[in-house]
Amino acid sequence: MSVNYKELKKDRSSEWRQELRNLLSAKERLKGVRVKMSESSPDERNKNFFEVNNGITAEEAALEARRCLDCPTPTCISGCPVNINIPGFIKEIEKGDMKNAAIVLKSTNALPAICGRVCPQETQCEIKCIYNKIGEPPVAIGNLERYTADTERLSGEMSIPEVAEPNNIKVAIVGSGPAGLTTAGELAKLGYDVTLFEALHEFGGVLVYGIPEFRLPKEIMRVEIENLEEMGVKFVNNFIVGRTASFDDLKEEGFKAFFIGSGAGLPKFMNIPGENLINIFSSNEYLTRVNLMKAFKFPEYDTPIVKGKNVAVIGGGNTAMDSVRTAKRLGADRAMIIYRRSEAEMPARDEEIHHAKEEGIEFLNLNNPIEYIGDEKGKVKQMKAQKMELGEPDDSGRRRPRPMQGSEYLMDVDVVVVGIGTAPNPLIQQVLPELEMTAWGTIVVNDGMQSVTRPDIFAGGDIVRGGATVILAMGDGKIAAESMHNYLQNL
Amino acid sequence: MYKIVQREVLSKDVVKLVITAERISKSRKAGQFVIVKLGEKGERIPLTIADSDLEKGTITLIIQRVGLTSHKFFNIKEGDEVTDIVGPLGLPTHVKKLGTIIAAGGGVGIAPLYPIAKAFKEAGNKLIVILAARNKDLIILEDEMREFADEVLVYTDDGSAGTKGLVTSGVEHIINRENVDEVVTIGPAVMMKFVALLTKKYNIHTLASLNTIMVDGTGMCGACRVTVGGTTKFVCVDGPEFNAHEVDFDEMLLRLGAYVEQEKIAYENVLKGSDGGVE
Repeated sequence: MSVNYKELKKDRSSEWRQELRNLLSAKERLKGVRVKMSESSPDERNKNFFEVNNGITAEEAALEARRCLDCPTPTCISGCPVNINIPGFIKEIEKGDMKNAAIVLKSTNALPAICGRVCPQETQCEIKCIYNKIGEPPVAIGNLERYTADTERLSGEMSIPEVAEPNNIKVAIVGSGPAGLTTAGELAKLGYDVTLFEALHEFGGVLVYGIPEFRLPKEIMRVEIENLEEMGVKFVNNFIVGRTASFDDLKEEGFKAFFIGSGAGLPKFMNIPGENLINIFSSNEYLTRVNLMKAFKFPEYDTPIVKGKNVAVIGGGNTAMDSVRTAKRLGADRAMIIYRRSEAEMPARDEEIHHAKEEGIEFLNLNNPIEYIGDEKGKVKQMKAQKMELGEPDDSGRRRPRPMQGSEYLMDVDVVVVGIGTAPNPLIQQVLPELEMTAWGTIVVNDGMQSVTRPDIFAGGDIVRGGATVILAMGDGKIAAESMHNYLQNL
Repeated sequence: MYKIVQREVLSKDVVKLVITAERISKSRKAGQFVIVKLGEKGERIPLTIADSDLEKGTITLIIQRVGLTSHKFFNIKEGDEVTDIVGPLGLPTHVKKLGTIIAAGGGVGIAPLYPIAKAFKEAGNKLIVILAARNKDLIILEDEMREFADEVLVYTDDGSAGTKGLVTSGVEHIINRENVDEVVTIGPAVMMKFVALLTKKYNIHTLASLNTIMVDGTGMCGACRVTVGGTTKFVCVDGPEFNAHEVDFDEMLLRLGAYVEQEKIAYENVLKGSDGGVE
């Protein structure tokens, strides 16, 4: 997506923005110290599932908003996959108009309370902030985004984006994760009759089954879905498009186009000996049991979970961090990250790594499991691992790990969670063989996120990218909605 | 939405439920299953679709009371609603005309065998059904099977119905009597293991339909993984049917015991009556 600088300039030159800029000199603004969001104490929070970050106060938000220099060419926006008008909403905060701040934010981002929590701002908008150039910490854009969304939600007066006159054109969204929710919202705004189909019994996709309560409370998800319902989006759960009804069935029922945002749900395993022993889980299973099925409340809830004493989580991404911090909260004595590279190569957000360390997670970097050993009941009891060292950079630019000869050792473990990534669900390929897919099972799309082999099918998020972030999925959803609109208006 | 329109107790621990699920009744094929969940706090469990009625828009599930969730299902009443049903899941049985088919079902495996046996008969095969269980009470669907099968043999461990003996005795009896082109077996993992060992000896292609622990049922969690021919497969999306000669039943058996301790706690709570029904 390209940034509309002309619009932004117009906004920026409005009278109130000029006045606001003149209130304080840049020098004064630069004196401000970046806000630090308060967090629950590590020793308490690693025993419960409440949210770790507590948000910022109104005073803190006002001070932080003041730090933003309202640059003539705001580079931060180019770092945002959905091009949020960042200075636009921050200056509304500084002015004290929280209602407008939310309106500006939501004009480009349908799920700000979620992005304010799970987006990697440090590598997107904040890294582009002018403060970095002078060696100062950037404006806390993510914190302000969260503050704006939370303030609006807690006020009980949510602004619902304007919806165009109904055009009675039916469109189907497959999957209710971030890509699907965004596309649904954008199409509803344009007046389409949008139905969102979800395979699970709850809506939100990875936001509800994958991301734990302590990072993203489910209440927030619920409110976002209510908003979309108010915009006219119909939600259908327990429905697998392609199975419960075929794409063609739905076409016959009047659906003119489809957006597939079915994600990358298939967990990867390492295929090493002993990996099918009991109590070796995929991150997906482990997190789904806890987050979606509330197994941490067993037996009040019917779904069980095994609470290990020595839990090894394999991988170094956000999912691995979510899993290991969950294990700690379930009462593990040792909750360990086993990662084959070093911390510098870890794909997880710095904040997650930092939080994990505070909570007492052990990091066994440059270690890799090679075999699991079970007891007579088939339960894992030991992990055979080896030490690694870093060699030459690979295709991703990260240094390739290689095993150190003779470094194998045994470690006692009673639960192992494999969090080394996911691949697209093969179901779409099974039911739509005419769709061109890559060798990795992702759907091949053009710039408009439209299938190159079936023009009525659009796709975005992990089913196209293979495994990326919430905000990139949302960016895809916006592009897809635009090109679906184009396609449907020219049918 | 998923209303119980008919409930019939087939035996002491086995209940048949006919449930409104219009979409699934149309799209399901023999061998496929659904994931069901009862109540806000319920767990997701897989159940094979035993039958469906296109006109009435219903599916039939047959459930044996063995643990917490099946107990709740047993206690459900006509007119009640099942909170969540999703499907049809899994790959349909590859049904074609092969000649003579043995459908060997044990205990709770008899219910999922029913639609597959029926489909093989409808495809023009000679169908011999062998039903086996611990005792008479656990032999279900015998009359229903007789409606289309060319022959139905019953075996019980205690001899309370049919011939005293195991399912394998029945299978071997038929194999020795006539040419058999394929065996389909569903039942406890141990039973399928021994059927597979037997038919391997006679080199008869054998399908086993596996029922494992699942959470989502759509390929997401991997709880259902089994080793087939040396590689890991997901029962939910790669199965539920596999070449029985390649399935590692010993591993499957162990994995089925993953939550034995937790299940016991939960089930005892229910039996104590603290949470006897559907919330």
